[in-house]
Amino acid sequence: MADTARRAYVRPIDFRHGRVDMTHGSGGRAMAQLIEELFARAFDNQWLRQGNDGAVLAAPPGRLVMATDSHVVSPLFFPGGDIGALAVHGTINDVAVMGATPLWLAAGFVLEEGFPLADLRRVVESMAAASRDAGVPIVTGDTKVVEQGKGDGVFVTTTGVGVVRDGVDVRGDRARPGDRVLVSGTLGDHGVAIMSLRENLSFETTIASDSAALHGLVAAMLDAVPDLHVLRDPTRGGLATTLNEIARQSRCGIVLDEAAIPVRPQVEAACEFLGLDPLYVANEGKLVAICAADDAPRLLAAMKSHPLGAQAAVVGEAIDDPHHFVQMDTKFGGRRVVDWLAGEQLPRIC
Amino acid sequence: MKYVDEFRDGATARALAAAIAREVRPGRRYHLMEFCGGHTHAISRYGLKDLLPDNVAMVHGPGCPVCVLPVGRIDGAIALARDHGAILCTYADTMRVPATGGLSLLKAKAQGADVRMVYSCADALRIARATPGRDVVFFAIGFETTTPPTALAILEARREGLANFSVFCNHVLTPAAITHILESPEVRELGIVPLDGFIGPAHVSTVIGSQPYDYFAEEYRKPVVIAGFEPLDVMQAILMLVRQLNEGRACVENEFTRAVTPEGNAKAKGLVAEVFELRRSFEWRGLGEVPYSALAVKAAYAACDAERRFGLVCRSVPDHKACECGAILRGVKRPTDCRVFGTVCTPENPIGSCMVSSEGACAAHYTYGRFRGQAGVAAQAPSHG
Repeated sequence: MADTARRAYVRPIDFRHGRVDMTHGSGGRAMAQLIEELFARAFDNQWLRQGNDGAVLAAPPGRLVMATDSHVVSPLFFPGGDIGALAVHGTINDVAVMGATPLWLAAGFVLEEGFPLADLRRVVESMAAASRDAGVPIVTGDTKVVEQGKGDGVFVTTTGVGVVRDGVDVRGDRARPGDRVLVSGTLGDHGVAIMSLRENLSFETTIASDSAALHGLVAAMLDAVPDLHVLRDPTRGGLATTLNEIARQSRCGIVLDEAAIPVRPQVEAACEFLGLDPLYVANEGKLVAICAADDAPRLLAAMKSHPLGAQAAVVGEAIDDPHHFVQMDTKFGGRRVVDWLAGEQLPRIC
Repeated sequence: MKYVDEFRDGATARALAAAIAREVRPGRRYHLMEFCGGHTHAISRYGLKDLLPDNVAMVHGPGCPVCVLPVGRIDGAIALARDHGAILCTYADTMRVPATGGLSLLKAKAQGADVRMVYSCADALRIARATPGRDVVFFAIGFETTTPPTALAILEARREGLANFSVFCNHVLTPAAITHILESPEVRELGIVPLDGFIGPAHVSTVIGSQPYDYFAEEYRKPVVIAGFEPLDVMQAILMLVRQLNEGRACVENEFTRAVTPEGNAKAKGLVAEVFELRRSFEWRGLGEVPYSALAVKAAYAACDAERRFGLVCRSVPDHKACECGAILRGVKRPTDCRVFGTVCTPENPIGSCMVSSEGACAAHYTYGRFRGQAGVAAQAPSHG
């Protein structure tokens, strides 16, 4: 079948000047050619080479974790990353913060008619590189094309499957009063990097997105402290929203120490003039961990010795609170609520 | 962060708090109104109440531009986008203010109206240049601080001959609002709202200067201290007000000397005088009709005046029955006095305007301070979970 299709091709895809058209999603030869010359070639692995509708996988023993994430970020390319790498990192992280080792990814693409093939290739190659670097192959996928004006270049949905190691039980409802709250590094980098490129903001900054796959860091943390209570990646809504979710699930309160929370001065400055709070700005390569107080020093040391956790810090603790408030002792000397994000700080950030 | 951390220093705050505690007289109460939403926000965000003695009470004023916009003006903005087909450019906060029929600009946008969030009126000008075939209206709101940039945008549009740009002007004036509060029966005759002094506006005063407040100090015998929006500015201003009250003085003092002069910004005032004129009367949410309290675009710039251009007539629409925004904006009630505060009315689903803007008294209290004695209000999850 593939051989017949190849013989009928008029010429190779023009990745320099070509654009996505409706035939690339029609199920015909143009689609087969795009899949072969771009996706299969970039993501190449034993499952894709079989050319089936799905991947047949041998599941290792243990509990499986599955997570999915759609990516609609605008702009598609930004300092420190692009939608492709983000789609790989985001889903790997969703699997990893369940205490699992990510094994496989699936990727779905919605392409807009007229989208430059050069940009598509850039996105796909970035995904391939991110997947290779992380050691998590993209084993199956799908492509659809929508008419011009019905999409925004490209949307990418990725799904990940991983396996939880024995003895690990990481859940959002396991925070207990007295537990310590840790973050793996500086907050708000991704959100500020994206904002700096928005047409109506456009300010210059040296901040790059922190987009990164965190499963290596998580593995190191679980080696040090297998009884980690909670792990989560504070993406949209930032640290504040993530902690409010955890407080609600665990039916406890959380008190943060503002002075201990790592924020880059450039991020702090950008938030200051935009009227934003770094606690609510999105991250793509950071995680929040909650563990028993006695385990905290060991966990912190393990995080700090990993490159993605070099700036990790203990930033607060869980308390008994029937209202499940997240509060913060301010540097100024008062205490305030750190609430759920109301409305939206900035749309289409990931 | 340089030039910011200095004004948020915890040690200095504790020293100022100790000074205030030393100065206040145990036998009396100090009711101080912070006029501006910027001050309200700082007080809540930095937990200033934890640092003040019990007999110093802060009363929130009406100085939140989003909060004082009456429903009828939001309806007008929605009509411009929906019925007149204009691209309506607005500041983000305004998008969530509830309007008639359960609408808001955000919901009108979801129904197909072309509403765009901008950070400044310069963005609206840019959109007008880029879409010559469409009417582009800037939804101009705010006190004296945001007025000069709007004036500049109108002058710029005229200079460029930008025929598709206009302004829906809702600019309001601070001194008129303060007079209105001081003249209100609750303050003047009934004494329901004790007001001993004012923390005067920060950014507004950089434009109008400190002189316009002399009248309040003289005529109403109320001390005014103009203060910046950083938490230490507010603490310092409270100390200065307490001292004036203890000494029986009623003067205008300037804590914000790094930005405010007695005369203000002559160039900015000149721009405003060139483009705008006083309205005889304007409706404020909470305050009702306030004479000579707002600006309209002068006839000479009629082409840039959306109200003239589209024949827009804004009706007066009463607030939601359960909403206490009016009384809260006048200082008569506190957010927690409102029945729907934190239950039906939350930042996710605001009933009244004070719950919308981060400078609104209700939103500031809900977001930062509701753990204080709020047994009934638990942390609520947003609807999308």
